[in-house]
Amino acid sequence: MASDNKQPRVALLVTCLVDMFRPEIGFASIKLLEMAGCQVEVPETQTCCGQPAYNSGDRKTAKALAKQMIEQFDGYQYVVGPSGSCIGMLHYYPELLKDEADWLQRAEQLKARAYEIGDFLVNVQPLQLVDQRFDQQVTYHDSCSGLRQLGIKKQPRALLAQVEGVELNEMEEAETCCGFGGTFCVKYPEISNRMVSNKTKNISASEAPMLLGGDLGCLLNMSGKLSREGKAVKARHYIEILAGMTDTPAIGEGETDLAYEVRS
Amino acid sequence: MVEIHSPEFKENARIALKDVNLQKALDQFKVGLPANRLKAVANLPEFDALRDQARDLKNHILENLDIYLDEFERKVNEQGGQVHWASTADDACRIIHEICEKVGAKTVTKGKSMISEEVGLNDYLEKRGIQPIETDLGEYILQLRKDQPSHIIAPAIHLTVPQVADTFHEHHKRPRTENGEELMTEAREMLRKKFVAADVGITGANFLVAETGSTIIVTNEGNGDLTQLLPDTHIAISSIEKVVPTLEDMSLFLRLLARSATGQEYSVYNSLSTGGRRDDEQDGPKNFHVVLVDNGRSNMLGGDFHEMLRCIRCGSCMNNCPVYGSIGGKAYGWVYPGPMGSVLTPQMVGIDKAGLLPNASTACGRCEEVCPVRIPLPKLMRHWREREFEQHLTPSSVRTGIRSWGWLARHPWLYRQAWSLGNKMMRFMGRKNGRIAKLPLASGWTDWRDMPAPSNKTFMQAYKEKKQGVKG
Repeated sequence: MASDNKQPRVALLVTCLVDMFRPEIGFASIKLLEMAGCQVEVPETQTCCGQPAYNSGDRKTAKALAKQMIEQFDGYQYVVGPSGSCIGMLHYYPELLKDEADWLQRAEQLKARAYEIGDFLVNVQPLQLVDQRFDQQVTYHDSCSGLRQLGIKKQPRALLAQVEGVELNEMEEAETCCGFGGTFCVKYPEISNRMVSNKTKNISASEAPMLLGGDLGCLLNMSGKLSREGKAVKARHYIEILAGMTDTPAIGEGETDLAYEVRS
Repeated sequence: MVEIHSPEFKENARIALKDVNLQKALDQFKVGLPANRLKAVANLPEFDALRDQARDLKNHILENLDIYLDEFERKVNEQGGQVHWASTADDACRIIHEICEKVGAKTVTKGKSMISEEVGLNDYLEKRGIQPIETDLGEYILQLRKDQPSHIIAPAIHLTVPQVADTFHEHHKRPRTENGEELMTEAREMLRKKFVAADVGITGANFLVAETGSTIIVTNEGNGDLTQLLPDTHIAISSIEKVVPTLEDMSLFLRLLARSATGQEYSVYNSLSTGGRRDDEQDGPKNFHVVLVDNGRSNMLGGDFHEMLRCIRCGSCMNNCPVYGSIGGKAYGWVYPGPMGSVLTPQMVGIDKAGLLPNASTACGRCEEVCPVRIPLPKLMRHWREREFEQHLTPSSVRTGIRSWGWLARHPWLYRQAWSLGNKMMRFMGRKNGRIAKLPLASGWTDWRDMPAPSNKTFMQAYKEKKQGVKG
């Protein structure tokens, strides 16, 4: 398929968790990327970026999955995903494959093309939202990999500022880890619980009825804790707001009518 | 060496989370020091450039460690001091004990020194009839309580003021007070007599200056000065990677150290020791000894954990670590807690005993973000996980889980089926209100929080159906 210069050909990295838990984030990604003038494709054999193996010390499995990803996402101008953590993992591929010259080069190429969606929509293929409105106070959690590895801080805020009516109440310690940490939350559940409890305290103190973030893992963790604590704060991925998908149930609030959402 | 409790990390952490006093202390601690650091950093625009300089300089030093250590020794000798080389913890203790015996020491005062904790010096001396007296306020409190430091620069940070009040009341036999200033005065009065009576003063060293043969200690209490100046013999104990080429280089590290540690521009006392008392001088120790400890560090040179040797022991990684902030330092079970400890401990005591530490991190990256010498701590912790995995030390449930899942992820069609099945099951379980309160095989999650149920079929299913629908 020939790629039009004006329409960059973008592969969507769906991510395991979005695939499993919240398809609307995938559809919101496609919608926004198309609004920004991209031609979006979803490589259908994609599975997982290998992060759990990488962080558990299983380099062999991580390498195998990295190579698989490199092949699946070959030939696209950009690879974009709604997760700083998974895109961050793609940025680790050169380190992971540093001893295999051919793969190293391909890993470097993939890294150069891989962007977290908000970063992409601000710095690569700028998105201008028109007439998007959401009258609500929100608070934003900066997920760790996106923040510290990829420098995702201003981008989601800049995009949210384009949505009329959104009022951002920054919480205390917005940059402090929520305690998810992939397998950490099940390996050290009590410590993870302490960390997420600290987070929900700060979320409540912000008085915003809605929590936004850019990584579904963290959002599932915080949303799960908020509901266990009986707090009414809702949680969404920030791109759901950008895409105007706000009439649907928030995370863990029931099933979405995808037929309605998918119609574009 | 100090007893190792790192294998009990999980249990220790559980106890720490339930310790009301500790949690109270941590609540204050984890807000205070990071905020102070941020303020200090904001006031020094070149801070990040200094960090780059410090990282590069440390790398240079480590590449030429032998040269700078030799130069340091030569200069110490020129100043009338003596350098002793200790390759193991036991060597270090033995050397120090011999020096103490030679001068007939009964009591020794001690400035705060983590390397002396690492080699287990106090215990060694006590068993041989020499009484070590800690003079750093925090260490003094811990010694009275027969407790261990929980932080490398704020050793008693796990205690609250009322706990200290109780300890002083019990040991000093004076009226109990919770007034900070009164408590400090009390400690000062008790320690003053000990300073004067001590036969030997033992301090650590924040840096060793090669060009002058000086050791420097950085304190906020001035206890270090009295420790190293009053007795006739001063022994500075230091690990080998603390050497810096020049005084100028030292000042670069000092600018970073205090700001990173406590948010001060400089610590209150920066005290250099260069040789013993000269003939024409009235003060200072007659004998000046430096004990240089390797204890496994030279094995780290050039290896996976080489970068850890840049560490200047500021404690910033633990001040800013959300895991340390949740459980405090003692749960880590050995001398060095927090992120730097999670890298160092497996090196010193073995990954088979300390494997839980480098795993107890969400890899949030905050430690690396605040490290004054830019040590990639999360990467180093991951290296330990890799070693663990290679040596089959990773718990078999984790190992099997990762491997099976990795296999599945390499078979996309099966992976889709499995994902879709998982999705259906969770939707069924969350059908009432979109939440799952109890999820088999994931009790670590659902014991503490709900699992939000999937909001519909998997994305891949929905996307495929949509595309087919469009085509059709």
